[in-house]
Amino acid sequence: MITAGIDCGSKNTKVVLIKEGNILSTALVLSGFDQEKSAEEALNSAIEKAGIKRDEVKHITATGAGMEAIKFSDDTITTITADARGTYFLFPSTRTIIDIGAEEGLVVKIDDQGKVKDFGINEKCAAGAGAFIEAMSRALEVDIEHMGELSLKSTKQIPMNAQCTIFAESEVVSLIHQKTLKEDIIHAVHDAIADRNTSMVRQIGIEKEVALIGGVANNIGFVDSMNRNLGFDLLIPKDGVAPEYVSALGAALIAQKKSGG
Amino acid sequence: MTKANYGYKDGSGEYFIIIDTDLCNSCGKCVEVCPAGVLEMAEDELDPLGDEIIAIVSEEHRKKIKYSCAPCKPIGKEKELPCVKVCEPGAITHSW
Amino acid sequence: MSNAESEKEYWRWTESRYTNPDLKWEDADIISAGVDVGSVSTQAVIMADGKIYCYSSMRTGSNSPDSANNAMDWALDGTGLSLDKIQYVVGTGYGRVNVPFAKRAITEIACHARGANFIYGPEIRTVLDMGGQDCKAIRCDHRGKVTAFLMNDKCAAGTGRGMEVFADLLQVHINDVGKMSLEVDEEPEPVSSTCVVFAKSEAVGLLRKGWPKEKVLAAYCSAMAHRIVTLLMRLGIEEKFAITGGIAKNIGVVKRIEDELKLKAPEPSIDPQLAGAIGAALFAKALVEKERKKA
Repeated sequence: MITAGIDCGSKNTKVVLIKEGNILSTALVLSGFDQEKSAEEALNSAIEKAGIKRDEVKHITATGAGMEAIKFSDDTITTITADARGTYFLFPSTRTIIDIGAEEGLVVKIDDQGKVKDFGINEKCAAGAGAFIEAMSRALEVDIEHMGELSLKSTKQIPMNAQCTIFAESEVVSLIHQKTLKEDIIHAVHDAIADRNTSMVRQIGIEKEVALIGGVANNIGFVDSMNRNLGFDLLIPKDGVAPEYVSALGAALIAQKKSGG
Repeated sequence: MTKANYGYKDGSGEYFIIIDTDLCNSCGKCVEVCPAGVLEMAEDELDPLGDEIIAIVSEEHRKKIKYSCAPCKPIGKEKELPCVKVCEPGAITHSW
Repeated sequence: MSNAESEKEYWRWTESRYTNPDLKWEDADIISAGVDVGSVSTQAVIMADGKIYCYSSMRTGSNSPDSANNAMDWALDGTGLSLDKIQYVVGTGYGRVNVPFAKRAITEIACHARGANFIYGPEIRTVLDMGGQDCKAIRCDHRGKVTAFLMNDKCAAGTGRGMEVFADLLQVHINDVGKMSLEVDEEPEPVSSTCVVFAKSEAVGLLRKGWPKEKVLAAYCSAMAHRIVTLLMRLGIEEKFAITGGIAKNIGVVKRIEDELKLKAPEPSIDPQLAGAIGAALFAKALVEKERKKA
């Protein structure tokens, strides 16, 4: 039985197709202004990649910020539930999940059965989410994919005073005018946003293992900042499914359970 | 009753530590008891012609007060705030 | 950075200077000055016995000490008065520690209250100051002494910088934003995001839906006004209520605040952007008097 999970993120829409607990395919499309259209596009892309037909998908569960817009889904679940399910499936030793998306940061605590115990949200402020890193990459004129490796080259710690994305953009521009090296600036950028997110993790109480999911987990510089701040290494989804797909995977697994699969 | 509100409001919420500078008796206990170094004793900046030393939120923490105070505000548990508890005249309050 | 250069075209604040034709500095007992170095603009005000003698208002450059020097030089230009004849200078504002010739630095909150009291009179009890990178609400007594304050300089929403982002997005000159935002037949839904980054995306979506610039500006000014009012509510608002700072010149935000509060801010006779520097100059005078008493 094939099921689909659609994660309607504020920036990207992700789809994961599974069959009896095995991942068939994944797809990612920019969410844009028409959430439903993007979801349709992503779903079709995943179906094509898996080499199956649309009617073989028996159940579609949607999650994420824009999930209510997806009229063709069979049901919806909260991101918190999807994150818990998806991460526990990949790493059953997980007890704390950090999900940093484009516009919000989540922390979820789960028990040894993968059930949600508690959660915290840091939302509606770009400085705590992926949007911060993206804005800085634009201000620095660096490709977002290179932010990670560049920051690992940094040899100098510089302070970042601004706590707001808009003010940080100006601060970065003036740092560049002062001839500060880009790698040092990026390192500071990653440390700043890692600081904000680990603060939230500590508020809920760190219980190992701790997993990091969401697109930002692909940024090795950011992951390094998080690991240094926490004092241990985070679990990052690598083989099988990339970190930005974990919510969608969780939704697909729940879809499977709901349809009796 | 002279109230200094230190902190900010952003998209995620409103976070202010409010110190009543008239009630503050300059005992300094709140500074000792804060685990994050958020508070310090300084000249009352609202009264530049006077000489009072009172408790303030340090400049360094005003823009990240949500994160600085996070250790005393665990999610899911009610914890008494040490600075509020130790202040006899009740000069300190938190808005969140 | 070419992007930054073109951005400047859309948000350049006008600069000005003034000399009082009715005063002679040579006749003054106490000549005091205040320099308010803000993140966006710098003002220098020189007073003769507590009356404004001359002033300047200009854009803050990338170097704070230079800004203070330039503002002071320009204010004194053509007056025959020189810096060494000024008995006490107080620095205030974001860059107050960078006024090399100031004898003391005093927080902008105290200076703004004092300055507003000077500009609007002793009936003033609540001052809202919206600057380039911060937003302050101040309660004061009849002497201009602060009884409560609240300052937000962490978040760009509700600051001049936030407005500049929108002016730039819509390619409208900052001076025209307020007026244009009022050119709507009915008030649109305010922008729902407080965060300027997210509000900007929201605005792009509105433009795509075919909203004219005026409507988008109205939606943003409306959201900004409401956000500022809720901040003010934390302090409580007592009349008379005045608005100072750069955004006081944005009638789109000012009018919406007045409508929501059902209060009218009095018309200032002096540029309200000078409030900080005026307050600083008055403190400077008081400090000279205090020193004289001790001697």
